[in-house]
Formats: sequence, structure tokens, C-alpha cells
Amino acid sequence: MKEILLNPQLWSATLAMATPLALPALGGTFSERSGVVNIAMEGIMLIAAFFAVLFAHLTGSAWLGLLGAIVVGMIVAVIFAWAAVTLTADQVILGMAINIFASGFTAYLLNTIFGFSGTPTDTPMLPNINIPVIKNIPFLGQILSGNSVIVYLMIILIFASNYFLFHTNLGLRIRAVGENPEAAETAGINVIKLRYLGVALSGLFSAIGGAYLSIGLLNSFSTDMSSGRGYIALAAMIFGKWTPFGSFGAALLFGFATALSMQLQNSAISKNIIMMLPYILTVLALVGVGGKSVSPAADGVPYTPKK
Amino acid sequence: MSALLEVNNITKIFPKVRANDGVNLVVEEGEIHAILGENGAGKSTLMNIIYGLYRPDSGELKFNGEVLNLSGPHEAIEKGIGMVHQHFMLIPVLTVAENIVLGAEPSGISYNRKKANELIREISRNYHLEIDPDAKVKDLSVGLQQRVEILKAFYRHAKLLILDEPTAMLTPQETEELFGIMRNLKKQGISIIFISHKLDEVKEISDKVTVMRRGKTVGTLNTKETNEQELANLMVGREVVLRVEKSEYNPGDVVLSVKDLTVSDEQNIEKVKNVSFDIRSGEIFGLAGIDGNGQTELIEALMGLRPIKSGIIKYNNNNIEKLPTRERYKLGISYIPQDRQQEGLIMKFSVADNLILKEYKNSQYSKNGVIQYKRVFENASKKVEEFDIRPTDYNLLAGNLSGGNQQKIILAREVGSDPKLLIAVQPTRGMDVGAIEYIHKRLLQLRDEGSAILLVSLELEEIMSLSDRIGVIHNGVIMDILDGKFATREKIGLLMAGSQIDAKEVEVL
Amino acid sequence: MKKLLKSIYMPILAVIIAIIIGSIIMLVTGFNPLSAYASLFIGAFGTLPNIANTLANAVPLIITGLGVAIAFNAGLFNIGAEGQYWIGAIVATWIGYSFKGLPWYIHIPFALIAAMIAGGLWGGIVPGFAKAYTGAHEVITTMMMSYVAIYFSHYLLEFGPMMEKGSVPQSPLIKDSAVIPTILRNTQLSYGIFIAIAAALFVYWLMYKTVWGYEMRAVGFNQRASKYAGMNVPLNIVLSLSLSGIFAGLAGAVQILGVQHRLYDSFTSGYGYTAIVVALLAKNNPIGVVFSALLFAALGTGSQYMQLNAQVPGQLADVITGLIIFFVAADKIIEVLKSMFKKQKKEELAS
Repeated sequence: MKEILLNPQLWSATLAMATPLALPALGGTFSERSGVVNIAMEGIMLIAAFFAVLFAHLTGSAWLGLLGAIVVGMIVAVIFAWAAVTLTADQVILGMAINIFASGFTAYLLNTIFGFSGTPTDTPMLPNINIPVIKNIPFLGQILSGNSVIVYLMIILIFASNYFLFHTNLGLRIRAVGENPEAAETAGINVIKLRYLGVALSGLFSAIGGAYLSIGLLNSFSTDMSSGRGYIALAAMIFGKWTPFGSFGAALLFGFATALSMQLQNSAISKNIIMMLPYILTVLALVGVGGKSVSPAADGVPYTPKK
Repeated sequence: MSALLEVNNITKIFPKVRANDGVNLVVEEGEIHAILGENGAGKSTLMNIIYGLYRPDSGELKFNGEVLNLSGPHEAIEKGIGMVHQHFMLIPVLTVAENIVLGAEPSGISYNRKKANELIREISRNYHLEIDPDAKVKDLSVGLQQRVEILKAFYRHAKLLILDEPTAMLTPQETEELFGIMRNLKKQGISIIFISHKLDEVKEISDKVTVMRRGKTVGTLNTKETNEQELANLMVGREVVLRVEKSEYNPGDVVLSVKDLTVSDEQNIEKVKNVSFDIRSGEIFGLAGIDGNGQTELIEALMGLRPIKSGIIKYNNNNIEKLPTRERYKLGISYIPQDRQQEGLIMKFSVADNLILKEYKNSQYSKNGVIQYKRVFENASKKVEEFDIRPTDYNLLAGNLSGGNQQKIILAREVGSDPKLLIAVQPTRGMDVGAIEYIHKRLLQLRDEGSAILLVSLELEEIMSLSDRIGVIHNGVIMDILDGKFATREKIGLLMAGSQIDAKEVEVL
Repeated sequence: MKKLLKSIYMPILAVIIAIIIGSIIMLVTGFNPLSAYASLFIGAFGTLPNIANTLANAVPLIITGLGVAIAFNAGLFNIGAEGQYWIGAIVATWIGYSFKGLPWYIHIPFALIAAMIAGGLWGGIVPGFAKAYTGAHEVITTMMMSYVAIYFSHYLLEFGPMMEKGSVPQSPLIKDSAVIPTILRNTQLSYGIFIAIAAALFVYWLMYKTVWGYEMRAVGFNQRASKYAGMNVPLNIVLSLSLSGIFAGLAGAVQILGVQHRLYDSFTSGYGYTAIVVALLAKNNPIGVVFSALLFAALGTGSQYMQLNAQVPGQLADVITGLIIFFVAADKIIEVLKSMFKKQKKEELAS
């Protein structure tokens, strides 16, 4: 066991596994803080993952692939926002609908565009970055350097998100909208617009997470490759008390469990039990073990502005 | 001193009611002007018009000499009109500063905490409204939360401050503090409109008082030149009440006995304070009072829907304070709740299913867990005919019936079970004359058959025409219990508004 | 009759719109929608074996769908039906291969009932109590329990206590006495179909004819009024989620005993989430669930055929499914579209 824990592979894998969780979790924070439960992040991730490969392949550039993924992801997010915020349809059901649609749509396109052999193996990937001095530090160097550019982007986004949400005027307004939309409205704030923004941001982050899966971590798309990460990200967000740093921490925890279970290949007993732990912990967090986890007060409640 | 606010002949009509009918109001600079009136008098509507939430159908609004055509509260705020609602528009998890500056944050992208706090401390100083800008609103007392709301108005440079029933949630101490603040503001030239139904407060703090009744302004007086009696008269009016034919009053044994009952709300504020009264079989006990004075909490406590802090509730001489709601129904207590759609009916259930909402577990309607629909339909058929519920198809969903007929479903269910004690809250709200007459008849019939009835209503006529005895509640306290035959509107009005004048001393002018 | 038509016209409209959009997607990607839908239909209903397999596919969807519908009727989202299904499957499998010498009329009911209890506990204890007494949202709790169940089954099958001797991660075959016999040879259709239909009838009776159903629906429609009527709201929440889990567990058991005969190490049964869709389309009516399940079962078997014969990727079925639910949920879109058409008509008349 000690050898496993001392293996830097474990820890860099943790970071790699945490990234596709942390990104949607971060995005979810914006959405839920503005008052919208975004279950569709799973579907957005999946769609983004596919279009990342598609655009990367078509243009020969992984960066354009990332851009394309983000654009498509945000389009889906806006459609979701329209149905959930403007039409006030049930947010959970809508989210599930989008996820089911995404699963089928991406698999369908995969087969029709790329055929049954899958995405081309020469699809450009997003680069890994080796940081000059750091990479030579023993043990830590192997973890901190050499990660995908998305991982570093994520770190920046975490700090940026925290600043945005808790230290800017716009962030203050978003939080107000998620707690008491009526009060925000009387203060002259456009609740609907801000909720669209929250959802769009969650789409943006989920899309980056999806692109990371298909052209950052690997360089292919396979059906249902998001494997429920969008849902786990929600759990991470709740566990992290709807804050960027908290979500990241929770994502690391979940990522650690996955990475650890990969290392424990041959003792299946530990592997699956460890995989269970993050979920059990989330349930415990939800029922209030270790302090009540309070969601934004108006989370998930559709709001109709007064006329 | 020119008039700051001029309301000229404002009329606002809603589908069934003239909320404001040719209302006139003049508020000078540096004046504290009280608006006095019962529920439904039109005070809130008028305030909402001044604040830009509603558009008047006719009439003119002038502020600072300029005719106002407000498109929303934001414009009103810009012009210098601020409002503190009865239910605060605050965000508990944010700080005082964040709540105050929200929507008009000191410029820049980043939230400039230093600047915001500075600005707030300045306003705080100017208006003597001490507060800690970094405190989280949820940790503040109600009085301080209200202060935050007031500061919000001044952060946006209000010249006119509207306070809607500001003392409703305050302790006497906090009320005194508020009055001190109001006097300070007045010295600074701020005008205050103070909505209230409490005569003693109006007398203490206002310069002028305008009384509203049924959408009209019935009088504007200088507070110093009037007295509580005159104000109460204006407030409740002097129409002769048509008494309904009642048979002789022959009360039997005590059915419900309440002693020293104290009930608190979720914020641990006492809403019912040491209330005591008895109700006998064969009598209608009317509880009069302005909405929000503890009636809701009292009734919920009696029905087991809210825990009590202390006191005794006896039903037929048995203590029922600890009994769950269902057990109280089983003992023969019936309840017509205030909100028929949220509390009294399941809109998506059929009329027949709603009629057995309390009794579906009884052996006459269910055997071994299976509902005997034959009996349910028999009952429905009978009740629909007896209570004239329309349409007569009892399989229709309750949500498809008109308000009046929905109320009849509730009536059929609660009255039709021959209760020993009926608690009826606002039983005729929103109903037409014919339906009201019918319900009153049924209530009297119940009374004649020996039931005890606790009638809670905001309609003074209803209370006066039906009740054998009338208890008046104000601020959680039963001010007095009057004999139904001798109670006058003046007396009740005084008590409702919290006046301590001995009923004996009242002269019917 | 009129009432029935009125209530099903929205779901049918949603299906039609989804089919239309599906056609557009197919056209854009170079397929002929007509031949695609034709082969879809043949795949589902074209031959007797096809019909049998469609029915067989419908069995787990009906039963799990009933479970989800029960929760929805009580105002609760049981997203974790998948996990409760697994728990039921695990229990049924274990009982299926662990007991020798039992006659089938004891073995089968024993396995089914145990699976139902297990599913009920999985849904009722943690998510139920959590929701009833702490307000924890059942969407997340049931989903988390779902993952726990799946990993638990992995644990059991991958060199764990329930793994068959050898190297394949699967359980031993259940004993013959635990097998629910097939009705039509060479198809997957077992007598489980009767269990499914019986379950639907039972749930219908339970929901609309019993005291329990009355209370569940009341609480689902209006918690406040239910409280005022004297009902115990938290208890009803726990019972509803438990009942929901019971049926999901039953579905897993029936699938094992009737079709699979052993537990395989897969990541998803594919039924848990589809069941949610089934319930939504059926507007949570138990009888409607049967028809809705048939529709989605047909989509499933038909799409496999469609993939082989018309070369249209089978996942089109998921695309259509997602679209159906989107339009059922955002039914206001349909009203908006209707009013747009009305406006157009008005303008045409005016000109």
C-alpha cells in the first residue's frame, strides 16, 4: 500500500481524473448559484467531447476543436436555459432529456460521420505542458508538470471563478438571484438574464471538460465516454458547498478514488469498495453529517418576473 | 414648505374590486403622515402605485412638482421614493453592505468592499442608523433587519420613505427605537408615510393621518386635533349592520376552553400572548381583528398544526394540546381553513375525493385499506345536492370549480360531519352575496343544533351579524370579549386598533 | 372517453414532433427516414419472434417504469431506479443459485419477494428518510445509491463472493427451479410478461383504490393540504420511495430469472433511465406505463433491426427518446407553437 501512495503516478492520475469532474462541477456552481439546477451537464460534456474531435479532425487544429466544442456546448446550454428559465419547465426532467438526447445524438453522428471504426487515430490532441524548472523537482515535479494544458487552464479558472463569484459585483448579483430572486428584482436586477448567464457558464465549463476527455486525455471519442461524470460533478459541487475551491477539493477526492482503484487492479475487493466511497460520502454530506450543506435558497425554483 | 407628494383622484380597479376609488393624499416635506385603515381598505394598493409596482387607471401622481408616470420601482427609486415592505426583501446569507448596495454597487467590476462599507457608514452616521456593514443579515434581529431596509432607501437618496406596517414584527423596544429614528429623519427633511392599523402608534408618531376605507380616503386630519375614537369611527364606518334572524341564544356546556395560551412563530416571536376564552355549545364566538394579529397562529395551535409554547387547550374537558391533528378531527372538531386552495382542498383530486379528505380512513369509507367507492360516491351525491355544489358531477377535479363552489366542498365536508366544534376561518372570502347568505344560514343552523363555532373573519359585518359573543384580538392579545347584542362598530374598531379605552366610556355619537 | 383523449394528446404530439425532428436529422445525414422508420417498425413488430422480443424488452421497462411512476405520483424523483434494479437483480441471482432442491413455486416467489424487499430498502431507507427528515433532494441521493449498487455488483462479481469459478466476471447460473420459463422458444419472452401486466394492474389498484394510494397522491399534489387533513407527510415520503424501490427491485429480479439467468458484470442495465422516460410519457398513469414501455421497447428492438438492415445507427432511438421527453417537459413550447399558428391563421384571414 505504501508503494502505491508514494508513486507519483497515482497523484498525477488523481489530477487528471479530477479535471473532467472539477470543470463541470465549477460550471454547476455558477448555474446553481444563480438558481438553476443543471443536470444536463452530462449531456453537454458528451456533445462537446464529440464536436471537439470532429472540429479538431476537420481543421487539423486541436485548439479549433476546443473552440468548436465550446460553441456547441454553449448552444445546448442556452436551449436548456430557454426551456428552464423562460418557459419554466421542470429543470430535472429537461436535464435528463438533454442527456438522453446527447447520448443518442453523439453515438448516431459517430457512426454516420466516422463509420463503425471510430474516430480517426490521427486526431490532433491538446498539448501537455512541461513547466521548465518545476519538472525537475523530485516527486512533485512529476505531478505538477507535464499535465494537459486544460489542467492548468482549470486551475486558473478555479481561482478566476472564485474571484468572480465572491469578489465582483456581477458575482454578487448572481448569488443574490439564486437566493432571493424577488429581492434582486426589486433592486433592479434582471433575474432572467443572470440565470441565462449562470447556465451559459456551466455550459462553457462542461464543454471544456468534455473536450478534455476527447482531445486532451485521449484523442478519440467513444459512445457515452462521459460515463456519468456530469452527475458526479453535481455531487462534487454539493459536497464542496457550492464554492469553486470546495468543488475542486471534492473533485480531487473523487479523482483520487478513481486513480487509486486503477492502481489496485489486482485486488478487486479494494478497488470497487473504494469507488463506492465518494458516493457514500456525498449522501452523508447531504443529510448533514459534518454541518448542513445549504444550497442557494432559490435553487431549482423557476421564477416569473412581476409585471 | 411645498407638498412633496400629491396624489390626485387616483383610481385603480381590479377584476372584482375597486381597490382605490378617487384617492387623494398630500404629503409635505419633513412630515410623518400615517395611513390608517382596515384590511382591504386599499392602503397597499395605493402604496404600490406610488412605488411604481402598479399603474393607476386614472388620476395623477405628482412628486416634487413633477407628474410621475412610473414604469417600475426602479424609476420610483430614481425619483427619490423608497419603500420598506412588510416582508423584507433581504438576502440572509449576504452581508448588510452587500444587501444595501446590490444593484447599485460602487463602480467597477470588482466588489469594492471598502468603498461600500465607507458609504454605508456615512449614511449610517447621517441618519443615526447604527449598523455593522459586515454583519450577515441572517444574524441580525428583526429590528436591525428593518434598519437595513431603511438604509437601502437612503443609499439611493430617498426623500420620501414609505413604511408598510413597520411595527408588525417588532418588539416594543424596537418600536421605540424606530420612532426615534423616524423623528431624526423628519428633522432632516425626509417625509415618511407610515401605514398602520394601530391607533396608539399613529397618535404617538404622526403629524397627519389619512383614513382609508373601502378604497376611498374618508378623511385627513391633523393628529394633534383628533382622538382615537374619531379615528376608529372613520376606520370602520357607521353603516347599520343588517342583523340576520337568529334564534334565541341558549348556550350549553363549555366545549372549548383555552387558558393562557402562548404561541410563537418560527422566529420565536410570540404571536399569541396568554390568550384565554371559552366557547360553549350552541354559540358562535366571533374573533375579530386585523389580519396578522395572531389569529393564524392561534387557529393553527388549536388544530395541532403548530406547537404551543405554553398554555392549556381543553376540548370537552380533555386536554388536547398534545394530540395530533387527525385525532382532533376524530373527536368531532371541524376546520374550514383560511386558504381553500392551498390548505383546504387538493385541486387535482375529484370533488368526491375531496369530500372524504378527513374521513377516508374511517370504517364507513374504507375496509382493510381499500376505499369503498360505492359509499364515497353515495356521500358525494348527497353532499353535492345538499350544499348545492355546481356542476353536480362529483368526478370533476376540484380545480375546475369556481371559488364559491370550491368553498362549498369544504363546507359540505366540515359542516356535513355534524361537528361538535367548528373552526371557520374566513368562510365567505371571495364569494358572492347568494353564497355568503347560504353559508351564514348553515352556520346558524349548526349553532341551533348545538355545535360550538369559532368564527374568525376580517369582515366586521360578518362577525357582528353572526356572533353571540365577540372577542377582539390585537397584537396577540384578546383585548376584550363583548356581548354580540351590544357590540358596536365603534367599540370593536377601537379594540381592533389596540385602544385600551374602556368600552364603558364609549359614547355612541 | 373525451377526458382520455384530452390527456394523451400532448404525449402523442411530443412523439410526433420528435419523429419529425428525427427525420430531419436523418435526411441531413443522408438517410431515408421512411425506409428507416419502416425497418424500425418491422424490427419491432414485423415477425412473431420480433413481437415476442419487443414484449420481452417491455417487461423490465414496465415494472421499473411503474416504480418511477409511483414516486412521481408522490411528487418525488426516483432517478436511482437503476440502482434499485441492480440490488434486486443481485438478490434474485444469489437466491437463484444458492438454494438447491426447492420446488419452483417456492424458489421463484422467494427470490422475487426478497428482491422486492431489497429494492424497497435501497430506495426507502437512505433516500426516503433523508428526504423526509432532512429534506435532502432525492435526485442526488437515489443517484448516489445507484452508483453504490453498481460498484457493489462489480465487487461481487470481479473475484468477489458471487463470482463463478473461472475467469469470467459473472455469477453462477441460477438453478432450474428458479427460472421463469420462456413462452416462445428462441425469443427472450418469458412468463415475466404476465408478472409485468399483473404489476401494472396492481399498481393501478393501489394508486386509485386504496387508502395508501390516496394518501400518496394527496401528498404528491399538495403537501400542505395533506398536513392540514391530518396525514403524516414524512412517513408517506418514506413509504413512496420504498414502494418505488420495490418495483425497481422486482424488475431486476424478473429480468434475471426470466431472461439472463445469471448476473453479468456490466455497467448499466439500460433500463433505469429509460424507465424514467417511460413514466414521464405515460404521465405516471400505471396503465399508460404499459403502453409507453411498449413504445420504448419497440424503439429498442426496432432500432437494432434498423441498424442491420437500413444501416441507420441504432442510437437514433436515443435521439428520438431524448426529444420526446424534452417536448413533454417543455410542453409550453407546444402551446407557444399553437398560438403562433393561430396568429398566422388570423393574419391570413385578415388579409
